[in-house]
Amino acid sequence: MPDTLFGAMLQSIVDGAPDTAAELAQQALANGVDPLEAVNRGFAVGITFAGDQFGCGEMFLPDLLASAEAMKAAIKVLEPEMLKRGSRREALGKIVLGTARGDIHDIGKNLVATILSASGFQIFDLGTSVTPEQFVAKAKEVDADIVGVSALLTTTMAGQKAVIEALDRNGLRPRVKAIIGGAAVTSKWAAEIGADGYSRNAIDALELAKNLMGKGTALA
Amino acid sequence: MRPKIQLLSPDLIGRILREAFELLMNPGVRVGSAVVELLQSAGVEVRVADNIADNDRVARIPEPLVQQCLASAPRDFYLYNRQGEKAVHYGGDDVHFDPGSCCVQMLDPDTLEARQSETRDLVRIVQVTETLPQFAAQSTAVVCNDAVVSNNAGNYNDAPSAIGDLYRLFVVLQHSDKPMVTGSFSAAGLQGMIDLLAADSGSLDKLRQQPRAIFDVCPSPPLNWSEFGSHNLLDLARAGVPAEIVSMPLAGGTAPVTLAGSVTQHAAETLAGITLHQLAGPGSPIVWGGAPAIFDMRTGGAPMGAVETAMLNLACAEVGKHLGLPTHGYLVATDSKFVDAQAGAESARSAVLGALAGINMISGAGMLESLACFSVEKLVIDAESIASAYRLVRGIEIRGESLATAMFAQTGLSGEFLKLKETRALFRQEQYLPSPVIDRSARGSEPPSDIFTRARTRVDELVSKYRKPSLSEDVLRKFQAIVSREADKAGVAAQASGKPSILSS
Repeated sequence: MPDTLFGAMLQSIVDGAPDTAAELAQQALANGVDPLEAVNRGFAVGITFAGDQFGCGEMFLPDLLASAEAMKAAIKVLEPEMLKRGSRREALGKIVLGTARGDIHDIGKNLVATILSASGFQIFDLGTSVTPEQFVAKAKEVDADIVGVSALLTTTMAGQKAVIEALDRNGLRPRVKAIIGGAAVTSKWAAEIGADGYSRNAIDALELAKNLMGKGTALA
Repeated sequence: MRPKIQLLSPDLIGRILREAFELLMNPGVRVGSAVVELLQSAGVEVRVADNIADNDRVARIPEPLVQQCLASAPRDFYLYNRQGEKAVHYGGDDVHFDPGSCCVQMLDPDTLEARQSETRDLVRIVQVTETLPQFAAQSTAVVCNDAVVSNNAGNYNDAPSAIGDLYRLFVVLQHSDKPMVTGSFSAAGLQGMIDLLAADSGSLDKLRQQPRAIFDVCPSPPLNWSEFGSHNLLDLARAGVPAEIVSMPLAGGTAPVTLAGSVTQHAAETLAGITLHQLAGPGSPIVWGGAPAIFDMRTGGAPMGAVETAMLNLACAEVGKHLGLPTHGYLVATDSKFVDAQAGAESARSAVLGALAGINMISGAGMLESLACFSVEKLVIDAESIASAYRLVRGIEIRGESLATAMFAQTGLSGEFLKLKETRALFRQEQYLPSPVIDRSARGSEPPSDIFTRARTRVDELVSKYRKPSLSEDVLRKFQAIVSREADKAGVAAQASGKPSILSS
């Protein structure tokens, strides 16, 4: 009864239950369900639903994080079989993330990493207080599609501009898109420093990243 | 009887401190390299942790050492105005307010849009604050983006952090006689700011004896005294210039979701800060301050107008009071983007709560949008809330032998209280008489105005009433020399940019 199974998978993500999600993934493999189908018809529907629920204020950040954790647990079980079958889930894009130089506040950046990763992006998280040179090096190394720079402090926001300038200097843009976020960051600031996008929270960041990859539902 | 509010029972304060002391040992506190030697010489174990960044060290600070440092911290102290008078008493249940600090945006009253704040905005805020008795102190309220951006010589990155803090203090000092709450953006920037204050006071000794300013110093939640924070604490302690620890746990985000848990984390961070500070400069003035907030589970922001945020501020201050220390909190701010009913409700509510809690310095007035935007119109409205809060904490006072009978003995049943000399003598003490910002008028033939319109008029009136302090040529020259020196150090080529010099404000 795959439909029931897919329904349960969806529910395990919405419930934010990693153990249940992993168990359902095992069950799918045992029953010969195509792992990619398990993701696309089950778990991924759950994460999209969770995102929508968050968007309309029915779910909250801790719920969303739990959903992302459950997604991670399911993918971890399914991944080896997907690799075996050569049906690896295609990443939506490669994103290099980090906080601006001098900024150690990473809660927002971590949220973005979790949500984007759960939604199918491949994330390379450089952590906190990352120099423009480190962003550039990583973007080159992994052939990134997007570089995301977070800054909480008004004094470290200038670091976002420095990263964009470094990407320009190294000829990585416009192929590599630069996005920014953080408590003090505004769309005005994004425009001023020539960023390709800005979002005010992790769910909007997902939509933004999808749009930049040409895979969005609607262009802002 | 002075009305008071308390949120914590003595038992709960005891538990909070017990757990805070536990946290200081396990998991310990991250500290910057600047304080490692100091801690080790006091017998504190400082180790390199595996799972954190290279430069970080974790200190386990034992309770007896913290207790020793608490004992050397002064119970109270004063900030002085330029005339050398005591103007702010940090201690007991005395309550003072100052505008919020370090906004990057200013609400334009014409367009109602938030735009980058500039020097002229800071000057206007200082002018209004100077004329309002509700504000005992100034603050370096907004970032001066014009001064910062004026360096386009390729080192835009470094200019704002290197000179922006000093520049704001320079502007405030030129325009105000009041004490001020300020802060440094970098370890290197602090010395220039202290030099500026010493030049204003006449000497570093004089500044120490009659401090004009207090510096906010912030740990990073959770339990992290970063390189910059550690360094600033040490430098301030050694200079003997007052410091205010502003710990800012975000309940559910960077701290336990429970209010009690976040108050505990705040206590641990603040106790660690006091220990570093008092080890470096025993007896140097230090404040148990904070800007705790809840973590908004929809936006990931820090809602400064939430009642739980106010509760956290009150509870944290209560723990500080229990320890006998001067206190500070961040209230009178809102999350609204306009000067609207939400702004008024949230700001007035927390002003009243903060005053009832007897918090010595309450920062945040004038702030919109969760501390991202400043409105000088909101500042004059907040001043009315603050005045009402002050009135409330004065409580119901007894004047004269009888409460009512003596006055009735004069009026009988005529009801002519308005004619009594007591009425004339006492109404100014009994009632707070608001400025025209508050509308109590009967509806007339003119269409009624809203509070924002009245606040705009009030701001213009106050600015026209304001008189700039006259500083001696000698002091001004010293100021300019210090700012030039620091600007050179930071590589700020203000003159070369073609924009107005940063010295011309």
